[in-house]
Amino acid sequence: MLDDVILRFATMLDRLGRATIRAVAEFGFAASLFGQALWWIVMGRARRQPVRLAPIVIQCVEIGIAALPIITVLAATIGLMLAIQGIYTLRTFGAESRVTLGIALSTVREFSPLITGILVAGRSGSALAARLGTMRINQEIDALTVMGISPVRFLVVPPLVAMAVMMPLLTLWADLVGLFAAGLYVSAQLQTSLAAYGDELLNILKLNDFMHGLAKSSIFAALITTVGVVNGASVSGGAEGVGRMTTRSVVHAISAIVITDMVFAFMVTR
Amino acid sequence: MNPVQVKNLDTHYGHRHILKDVSLEVRQGEIFVIMGGSGSGKTTLLNHLLGLLRPSSGSVHILGQDINTIGALAKQELRTKMGVAFQSGALFSSMSVGDNIALPLREHTKLDDTTIGIVTRLKLEVVSLAGFADLMPSELSGGMIKRAAFARAIVMDPKLLFCDEPSAGLDPVVAASIDDLILRLRDAMGMSIVVVTHDLDSAFKIADRICVLDKGEVLALDTADAIRASPNERIQNLLNRRTEEAEIDPDAYLRRLLGEKDEDEDEEPMRDHL
Repeated sequence: MLDDVILRFATMLDRLGRATIRAVAEFGFAASLFGQALWWIVMGRARRQPVRLAPIVIQCVEIGIAALPIITVLAATIGLMLAIQGIYTLRTFGAESRVTLGIALSTVREFSPLITGILVAGRSGSALAARLGTMRINQEIDALTVMGISPVRFLVVPPLVAMAVMMPLLTLWADLVGLFAAGLYVSAQLQTSLAAYGDELLNILKLNDFMHGLAKSSIFAALITTVGVVNGASVSGGAEGVGRMTTRSVVHAISAIVITDMVFAFMVTR
Repeated sequence: MNPVQVKNLDTHYGHRHILKDVSLEVRQGEIFVIMGGSGSGKTTLLNHLLGLLRPSSGSVHILGQDINTIGALAKQELRTKMGVAFQSGALFSSMSVGDNIALPLREHTKLDDTTIGIVTRLKLEVVSLAGFADLMPSELSGGMIKRAAFARAIVMDPKLLFCDEPSAGLDPVVAASIDDLILRLRDAMGMSIVVVTHDLDSAFKIADRICVLDKGEVLALDTADAIRASPNERIQNLLNRRTEEAEIDPDAYLRRLLGEKDEDEDEEPMRDHL
């Protein structure tokens, strides 16, 4: 009886240990891939494998331009939602006219980067994982390696650069759309003009608030790419494996984004 | 100097011993076939020849250079001198056949687009795929994918060509045409070719020399005729497609039935590079 309990406890410890080692190894793999990608950006030309512009532009279109419609819709919805909830809450104190402050800061500092990050993780992070995973099981990554082409330079750097360029731009766009949509609702509800709302925004928002959001979105860009690549590269076991790792990449990327967001806000606003 | 030289290669996968003291060399201009059943270690051996895996001990020299110790730039240079046709073709599914074949030229040479186009079409002619440059890999049949993979493998005019299971999954006629293609490539371009296969007919048709792998060991390494005439029972079993009775270890059998796992059974090793 006691033996049984001890054995079970030992098995549990064994599993916990293995899981910890796997997690640390995966984290190390991610860090090393990210480092290699940066290395290729700087050293590529010297190693006769320059990072080319064309694939980066293609990725920019795929990650950024193609995501514009859905980002626009969601950012507008979030703006409206904030305006509705803000007015509802402040009405308790009869302070509806102060709603712009809450909308402006929460959109620019939190909601825009967060919703953009989650969307890009779902759209492009998963696509990256699926593409790399399929390439891995089809031996396409081995084919690149034996051709003397670095898979990191060829497959990881273009989406990383594109993500780093497009994420802040998308976030900025989401800021504008969200604030505009909220303004439409606020000015209609409180019978003020859109111009007055705009004026108020300009008074409230500082460059620092925008930078806070944009800095976060740059970090999200690196997170989404790295998580997508690590999961794609770790695919084993055929099509089912690709599906599993794609799902995993979305879950991990979104979790990483939300947690990083909190940590960043804590570090910067304290 | 021999283009491929393997000395005392030992490799492990976790605790499992895969290749056991493998030594072989491939001579200039010959077609060298690595033959063996499933699980004999031939794919692992090929991956070591390509420098995709690191051995536990022993050395692999490709075109005179130790592929596991040379620097990154030298390795990159070396890899432009060897071509590989993978079993699945491993064509990049996002690129057309023409772009697939042109990729090594675009990446490693400073040729202009017109020249690259000409070379690409030339290689497509060699593998009898003229006019297919604009198709996507998903639009090709199995035999055509293998041909396109050959075209990509030889586009840099390599001195050394590796083919993984060139006739696997093809009907006999198409498989025979791939064999002819391999013979033609050697005769026309004078390259040394290493073919990994389990297809006996194909092996004896193209091989100058054959290395028979069994359970990770080199069972025999000789000319095709000598292998055919070999008195070794295991080789004859392989040639005549006879199955071998595995030796039964009663204790291990009992353990398997009880569902107990061996203690040294490992998880798949974590991948530490892309």
